[in-house]
Parts: sequence; C-alpha cells; structure tokens
Amino acid sequence: MSQNPTLNRIIASPEGRLAVIAVAVFVFMAMLSPDKFLSVQNMTSMAFQFPEFAILALAMTVTMLTGGIDLSVVGIANLSAIIAAMILTTVTGTGDGAGILMMAYAAALCVGLVAGLFNGVLVATLGLPPILATLGSGLIFTGIAIALTGGSAMMGFPPAAAWIGNSTVLGVPTPLILFALLAVAISLLLTRTGFGVKLRMYGANPLAARFAAINIDAMLIKVYMLSGALAATAGMVVMSRANSAKADYGSSYLLLAVLIAVLGGVNPYGGYGKVIGVVLAVLSMQFLSSGLNMVGVSNFARELIWGSLLIFVMIVNTWQAKGSRS
Amino acid sequence: MKIDWTRNETLVALVIAGFCTAAAVADPGFLSIVTLTDLLRGGIVLGIFAVAAMIVLISGGIDVSFTAVAAFTMYVTAMVLNAVMPWMPWWGALSFGIGVGAILGAINGVLIAGLGLPTLIVTLGTLSIFRGFMLTFIGQKQITTLPPGMREFGRMMLVRGENADGSFYSLHGAFAVTVIVIVLTWFLLQRTMLGRQIFAIGGSVESARRIGINVRRVQFFVYVYVGMLAGLAGVIHASMARVANPFDLVGLELSVIAAVVLGGARLAGGHGTLTGTILGVALIVLVRNSLIVLGIPSTWQSVAIGLLILIGTGLPAWQAKRAAARSA
Repeated sequence: MSQNPTLNRIIASPEGRLAVIAVAVFVFMAMLSPDKFLSVQNMTSMAFQFPEFAILALAMTVTMLTGGIDLSVVGIANLSAIIAAMILTTVTGTGDGAGILMMAYAAALCVGLVAGLFNGVLVATLGLPPILATLGSGLIFTGIAIALTGGSAMMGFPPAAAWIGNSTVLGVPTPLILFALLAVAISLLLTRTGFGVKLRMYGANPLAARFAAINIDAMLIKVYMLSGALAATAGMVVMSRANSAKADYGSSYLLLAVLIAVLGGVNPYGGYGKVIGVVLAVLSMQFLSSGLNMVGVSNFARELIWGSLLIFVMIVNTWQAKGSRS
Repeated sequence: MKIDWTRNETLVALVIAGFCTAAAVADPGFLSIVTLTDLLRGGIVLGIFAVAAMIVLISGGIDVSFTAVAAFTMYVTAMVLNAVMPWMPWWGALSFGIGVGAILGAINGVLIAGLGLPTLIVTLGTLSIFRGFMLTFIGQKQITTLPPGMREFGRMMLVRGENADGSFYSLHGAFAVTVIVIVLTWFLLQRTMLGRQIFAIGGSVESARRIGINVRRVQFFVYVYVGMLAGLAGVIHASMARVANPFDLVGLELSVIAAVVLGGARLAGGHGTLTGTILGVALIVLVRNSLIVLGIPSTWQSVAIGLLILIGTGLPAWQAKRAAARSA
C-alpha cells in the first residue's frame, strides 16, 4: 500500500478514515465555492443546523452499542416538545418567561426519561426485540402527540424560548455548545465509567456479560432512559429553532440518525462505537449538504449522496476488516 | 385440530374476530359487503409488500428499501411507457414493473450477497439512493396521464355490484394479482428446494453453508424476488390511484414489517408463515379503516397500531423469556 506509515495508521481505523473523509469534503467544498462556504455566515448557519439531529444520533449510538436500536427517538422528541409547548403556552408568568422555560425543560426531560423507561422495560423486562419495541412505542408516542394537539402545530411561546436554539454564547451558537457538552459527557460515560464498560461488554457478547454477573436488565433500562433524555433534549432544540412544536416534525431525522451512527463506525450489532466517529460523521454530512446547497443541488440529491456515502463507507470498512483478518 | 394458543396467528386471528364483533355491535352496518371490499382493496398493495418483507425476514435479513423500489418503479414505468411504448397492454406494464424492480433488487443483492454487507444498512442506504436518484434525475412532478396499459388495468374490476340500499361496491382486479403472488410464494417456500434453502439460511447461515447450500446465491435470489414484488406493487398502486406520485409509498416500510412480525415472522430469521402475514396485514388494514366504527377517533390510530405491535410481539417474547428462565 502507501509508503507513508502515519497515513496507514490513520486509515487503519474507521474513525481515522472518517476524519480523512470529513477533511476531504471540507476542502473540496471550500475549493468549489471558497467565498461562500468559508464565510462566517455559513459556518454559523451550519453550527445551528446540525446539533438537533446530531443529538438524536448520539441517542441512537448508545442503544446501538448494546446491540439494540431506538426507533422511537423522533416520537419522544416531538412528544416532549409538545408537553413543553403546552406548559409554555398555558402558564403565563412575569418577565421574559425564563422560569416557565426551566419548568418546561424539566417537564420535557421527564417525558423523555419516562418514555425511555417504557422502552427499557419492554426490551429488558419483557424481552422484546429492540427494533419492534421502539417501533411500536414510537408509534404510541407520536400517536399521543397527535391526539394531544389534533395534529396541528403549537405556537406562541414567550421570547425566552428562543434561547436554546437561536442564541449565541460568546459568538458560539448555543445548540453547538449543547451538542459539544453532550458528546463529551457521553464519550466519558462510555469510556471512563463502569457503566460504559458494562454497556459495551454486553453489546459485544451478551452471554459473557451475563456470566460476568452484570445486572443486564437494570443496565438496559438505564441505556434506553439515557436515549430518551437525549431525544427530549433534541426535541427542545427543534422546538426552539422552529418556534413551534408539532407531532410530525423531523420525521426524516429517524433514518438520518441511524445513518449517521452507522457511518460513524458504530456497529449496529453492538459492542463497537466511538463518539468521535459519530461527531466526524455528522460533520461530513453537514459539510456535504451545506456545500451542495451552495452550488444549487436539491435536497433530494443530498439524500442520494448520503445513501451513497453510507454504502461506500461500509464497503471500505468491510474490505479493511477482511484484509486485516487474512 | 388442536389450537396452538402460543402461536401469533391464533392471537392475531382472535384480535381480528374480537375487533369485528365489537364493530358489528357498535354499528350493525359494519358487516356488509362494502366493508369487506374496502378492506380487501386496502390489502392489495400492502399484501404484496408484506409477502416481500416476509421472505426477507425468513432469510434472516431485513429490507427497508422496498417502498423506494416500488415508488421508483411506478414512476419510471409510467414515464417510459408514456414516452416510448404506449401500445403496451396492461400485462406488459406489470411485467415491465417487475423487470425494473428486479434490477433494483439485484443492486441490493449484489451489495448484500456479493459484498457481504449488513442487510439493514444496505437497504437503508439504497432507500435513500433510489428515492434521491428518482427525485433528482428523473422527476418530482406527479404523472397524471398514465399510459393506456396502466389506465386499462386501473379500470379492471373482478366483481362489481349494487347493494339493496343503492350503494356501489367493487373489487379491483389487482386483488387477483395479490392472490397469485401469495400462491406463487407459498409454492416457492413450501414446495421448492430454493424455498427450503431460504428457511435454512435464515435459521443458521453457518449450518446452511455446511450442508452445501450456496448462501450467496440464495440471498441474491431473495433480494431480486423482493425487488420484483415491490416493482409489481408499485405499478399496481399507481394504476389503482390513477396517478404516479413519486412521493407516495415511501414511509410505509416499517408498518409493513410490523404487520409481518405481528403475524409471527421473527426478526432473527427462519420463521414466518403466509397465513400469519395475511392475518397481520388484515389487522393493520382493519385498524386503519375501521377504528372509527368503534368510536375511537382516527387521531388515536397510530397509538392503536403501536399497542398492537407491542402486544403482538411482546406476548410471545415474554413467554419465550419465561420458558428460558424455567429451563435455566
């Protein structure tokens, strides 16, 4: 292969290859339309756009590490956004509504945790396959959201509601800071705590984990609750950015979140995955779609390119795995 | 014959019977030929999709791209037939759809059987690719003037009649196609070597390989067959709707898989029956069309379907878990 040993080492890991892809896409887009792509305006708009589905991808990642999947993330996000919106629109307070906002966020987080608990009980206690459990519960969450609102959007929030999605802190968009904090926290949780080790161990070999006396049911329930809480957080970002809540927002985000997690090198059968990979995958996707948007490519072409990128990365990963085995 | 209460089929059949009884009590008009033909009509495209999804599940894989294959096929068929082959009769249009579907299915087949990539990821990718390709390079506008062959097929009825109260009912000719698909698939799965091999690789790929089954060839066949069925379903959908809307169909995939699993097919592979699949589709169509008869507003429809999926898959899963705990 190549003569350069450092390059070889980078290309040997899926995260290394993703980093190369992310940089390549960035450089390519920067060359394609330098004045537009590299502008401060584009950078900030990208930083506002990706955190919402990136947080959903983090939720997908933690469940995939156990060999499961959470297809209810979008349902949870919308349901918690609607509960928060109901609080924001009905309770009127004094000032700019910061107090009510905190109450709404707390309620949304509770909804996420309860929804996650429900998923966890289905998967761990009742033993349902995660795909079906979360497919069914996702329909239920979405259904409750539709029934609560009659299917229409909820609007008319106090001005403070725009904070989490539309403001900046020291020039850095708040959603980006939120995503960065969550990514670091999840990464530390997975690599530096006993819980993270158990989680990855269970994903790699459920039977071995059981024989190692890990309390699997309790662990799985925590994993799905974590996923639910992350989904609720993403719901808050979406609600703030759209300045409304609706039962069918972000339905295309579900497959996108799965796609990002897998693109990020997370093994959908469990056991392997790094947060840094997911972050790189999100960045590649965002560079690609913003860049293509600038040269006038339609949203549908984006879908085509995302799908192709996913399959391309999978082919490379498989070849690499075969090469290292022989 | 002894009734096996642990089977999904029994459970689903009981729920269907219970639903129909409750609906008949709530509204005596429910038990009419109009309701029946409406339900059968609703099951035509879903039924073909479900058979396709079932075969993939039996083989141990999962396919989420079949709706995109169907949408792609119906759009391309309508466009190509309009442009170059308007003389094609209805069976020509259906065959053309089967052909296009087979080609798209073969792409999945090459990636899965040829390169050995995970089925969920490949079909997730091809779902975006087929849909993105169609909407970017082929078109985004509805085709309202279908080619003559598809229009002819759209008007075909098996049964047409008038009730005592003057309301009309009819059963679309496409229902016969769904029946043919079911019979053919039954024959394939139960009476051919290939069908048994599909069950075998779903049960255990390694065992299948050791008894000399060419796993790749069987897998390739499965995805081509699914593509053919999806293509057929797409052309039928457009003919019945009398318009080829490229935004139709995609989004149904998870409901179809849910219907199949409700009928007893297992995600782990190796299990699945046509009876169960038909019952699963019947239940989903029933809930979609007739929930309102029971006095439940249609906004609760997805809650009902979600609950059905959880109960339908939860009971067997829980029983299996308890059985495992007892034997351990």
